[in-house]
Amino acid sequence: MALDPATVRRIVTLARIRLEDAEVPRIQSELNGIIGWIEQLNEVDIDGVEPLTGAAQMALKMRDDAVTDGGYPDKVLSNAPERAGPFYAVPKVVE
Amino acid sequence: MSYTIEGETGLWEVVIGMEVHAQVISRAKLFSGAATDFGGDPNTQVSFVDAAFPGMLPVINRECVAQAIRTGLGLNAHINVVSRFDRKNYFYADLPAGYQISQYQHPIVGSGTIEIELADCSTKPIGVTRLHVEQDAGKSLHDQHPTKSYIDLNRAGVALMEIVSEPDLRSPEEAGAYLRKLRTILRYLGTCDGNMEEGSMRADVNVSVRKHGEPFRTRCEVKNVNSVRFVMQAIEAEARRQIQVWESGGIVEQETRLFDAGRGATRSMRTKEDAHDYRYFPDPDLLPLVLDEAWIEELKATLPELPDAKRRRFMEQYGLPAYDAGVLVAEQATAEFYETVAKGRDAKLAANWVMGDFFAALNRTGRTIETSPVSAASLGKLLDLMADGTINGRIAKEVFEAMVDTGDEPAIIVEKKGLRQVTDAGAIDEAVDKVLAANAEKVAQYKSGKERLFGFFVGQVMKAMAGKGNPALVNEALRRKLS
Repeated sequence: MALDPATVRRIVTLARIRLEDAEVPRIQSELNGIIGWIEQLNEVDIDGVEPLTGAAQMALKMRDDAVTDGGYPDKVLSNAPERAGPFYAVPKVVE
Repeated sequence: MSYTIEGETGLWEVVIGMEVHAQVISRAKLFSGAATDFGGDPNTQVSFVDAAFPGMLPVINRECVAQAIRTGLGLNAHINVVSRFDRKNYFYADLPAGYQISQYQHPIVGSGTIEIELADCSTKPIGVTRLHVEQDAGKSLHDQHPTKSYIDLNRAGVALMEIVSEPDLRSPEEAGAYLRKLRTILRYLGTCDGNMEEGSMRADVNVSVRKHGEPFRTRCEVKNVNSVRFVMQAIEAEARRQIQVWESGGIVEQETRLFDAGRGATRSMRTKEDAHDYRYFPDPDLLPLVLDEAWIEELKATLPELPDAKRRRFMEQYGLPAYDAGVLVAEQATAEFYETVAKGRDAKLAANWVMGDFFAALNRTGRTIETSPVSAASLGKLLDLMADGTINGRIAKEVFEAMVDTGDEPAIIVEKKGLRQVTDAGAIDEAVDKVLAANAEKVAQYKSGKERLFGFFVGQVMKAMAGKGNPALVNEALRRKLS
């Protein structure tokens, strides 16, 4: 599989990355290089092998349903690019 | 009769599938220890996990998993012992991580069924495709500032169950019945409060139209419709729009639309064009969710009696018609109230009182069954007073109104107001004599064959006795004296 320039532009849009037209060929070739590398895995015969979802074969750990966190709005908001009182403020996004 | 819409080219059938997001009842969030309470001060119920600070790792809340399993069991659905979490990638200001942790290919619950009840008391099974667990997003406030949106992340990370139906629904009525039934089941199970106004239950509706016998045509998704009534309106509006597009030679495009309740129409959400490309992939922070069969059995053993089973039991045990049983089991509290009233009494009479005078009183006073001024035990005692002849049915209504107003026990009201039924033959005869003497002309008419006047005499005697006469004895005395 190889990505064409249109697919590259679509991925870039979905990922909200700005890319100048002049940069498309370079990114296209880099991505195709990565895909080609990964595609080597297709050569492995996996008939009858269950998918491996993690290296550690253990079940997901669960925690109790207890409130143990939160209550620090100032810390949470400390990273906000802009803040309005107790809220994050962002450019208006409305349908 | 199946539901159709008449277009210029003939009749159209409507095909509907629902995706319901139900907020899970739990103390803490799905992957963090922050609180889930509704209405907290902005951003006070947010942990670093919910705010997607770098390096924060999700740990799943056992109770949220249990709630999903209970719901699956309540929907007669298959529980998948192994399920997995995936990242659903999209950008929106109230989704700080840039992805929602959801379940895509391997949901925790597989296919099940919901039986809906229709107005004609028939039932119809509706397939449930799947139920999966995912995170809720935060909340955006768009009306606080001219150029800014404000973000509150209190809701971010609260557990949601997305319940997807098969496209088995064929009318707005069926869609409404489906939503109401699902809400009832969730409330019985205690897994979601079903409150559509507060947004703890939200519906996306997939609508398409077709001519009879055709395969499915293209569907559109109407997003976030927040009441049963609006869902029903949105379906009809969207179906009519699609019929118009097809009939004018156009093609319905698969898209996401919004229902504008004010205009009673749907409109396109153009910005969502690319939104269906979510680039799902397994969340590398989370191992597969593997359930212990014994745990599932344990949860199954503690499920409450569910609405369908309760409805059947009410019909068998109390001899109620399907309609009455359906109304009484719609809410657990109502069913419990009814059973207290009916215990050891005339079950049909109890149903009539609960569904009639009692519901009317709640409506009138704006109370709920939980805050009712009349308890089930008191209403039962009122029925007892009728059964043992202390009061008649007419006076019972008066006593009931006084119970609503004062909260007093019926026996006390009967004594205080002197409403005890008169069974003394002498007193009844005296009242009958007086009425007959005062209406000599009508007595003559009656005797010459105008027998319909009997009711008039009964009414007059009752009036003379301030409604307290024993109806059977009054009838008997009148017949005797008029013959």
